[in-house]
Amino acid sequence: MDAAHPAIAGAPAGSNAPVAPRALFESSGVKALLDKLDAELIGLAPVKGRIRDVAALLLIDKLRAEQGLQSTPPSLHMSFTGNPGTGKTTVAMRMAEVLKQLGYVRKGHLVAVTRDDLVGQFIGHTAPKTKEVLKRAMGGVLFIDEAYYLYRPENERDYGQEAIEILLQVMENQRDDLVVILAGYKDRMDTFFGSNPGMASRIAHHIDFPDYSQAELMQIAQLMLGGLNYRFDADAEGAFAKYVHLRRAQPHFANARSIRNALDRIRLRHATRLFGSNEALSREQLTTLQAEDILASRVFGERSKEATHEH
Amino acid sequence: MMTNTGQRVTQGQFSFLPALTDAQITKQIEYALGKNYAVGIEYTDDPHPRNTYWEMYGNPMFDLKDPAGILMEINACRKTFPNHYIRVTAFDSTQGVESVRMSFIVNRPKDEPGFRIVRTEGAGRQMHYSIESYAVQDRSEGTRY
Repeated sequence: MDAAHPAIAGAPAGSNAPVAPRALFESSGVKALLDKLDAELIGLAPVKGRIRDVAALLLIDKLRAEQGLQSTPPSLHMSFTGNPGTGKTTVAMRMAEVLKQLGYVRKGHLVAVTRDDLVGQFIGHTAPKTKEVLKRAMGGVLFIDEAYYLYRPENERDYGQEAIEILLQVMENQRDDLVVILAGYKDRMDTFFGSNPGMASRIAHHIDFPDYSQAELMQIAQLMLGGLNYRFDADAEGAFAKYVHLRRAQPHFANARSIRNALDRIRLRHATRLFGSNEALSREQLTTLQAEDILASRVFGERSKEATHEH
Repeated sequence: MMTNTGQRVTQGQFSFLPALTDAQITKQIEYALGKNYAVGIEYTDDPHPRNTYWEMYGNPMFDLKDPAGILMEINACRKTFPNHYIRVTAFDSTQGVESVRMSFIVNRPKDEPGFRIVRTEGAGRQMHYSIESYAVQDRSEGTRY
């Protein structure tokens, strides 16, 4: 299989005028792709930076190829570390699309697995199971969530190591057929890589997903509401900002996922508020969330540190 | 004049062409996947033309999107059975068709001795003809090539 990237249209081969990178950036559709990513994913500066680097390499490779220079695709295996709800799975799905549009993977589908899908229950079960998953993922991205569960050194009857061996072999030998993305919490992934130097050396990109800031969480909430055809009125926005501020201080805060749960509960209260109405509801009423829907939350009542449930 | 003097089994597609390279096989599988066919791999060491049902190497791959995975399986099959006939089949499951659309051989034994005519004389010196592979004759599976 040749290593060319045919997906990006640019200056036709053999044209005499050398094209400037910025012009190629716009004409090849890469700019539109990155702008779309910027709009739809809030925050995540390290991730966007890395994607920008990969896109830049693609364009420069094109220009090098026109001059007759070597251009092999880079190793794209990645590791995403971060707290829950910071967007690791979401970005992995987008990564598959982005890499397909940039031309680094052929089909751009995502196969998301955990340890159970790779490791067998008895001797001889693991290899076919892992190979099936790898076959399905070829031409796209394999996303392994909670990758550290693959390695259980304290249990010698565990077959996770076999799955790791097969993965390592395919990651090395079929680099242009498959991109592997591992994900998990930072400290446990560090332990995992420490005990599997082979795996660590094959992962070229270690990307950390920082927790979202207050402003970013508000933006995420607005984006989610827009997608669900709701909106906050002026008071509700202020109330929600306060809610987020209080909730962040409480334990077990799961970033974007907690925001989504909070919005779901707000929608429930909104529905209950309108439920008993005797008149027909206007479009305005059906879509506007008000401050009282938010302030009913227990987060405003209890300041107790023992609160472990979301409310 | 015979185009095939009996040495090279000409069953399935592309059998009169020289052996397909991996790149060409990939293109064929790409075509089959594009048409949503289920691609399967089969092997045998009995080359008789009436031998329709070869042994299956794993299940047909319904859910693959990319030929690289199937090529991996083909190479594994070649390593396991280097001296058997291996073919790739593509099954079309659309209603009304439900049959094999493509079938081509991707691996052959090094030595293909061909077929001989078996003549059986019946009542009143009536001749019945059939063919038999030199490789098979009375040898058991696995010991033929």
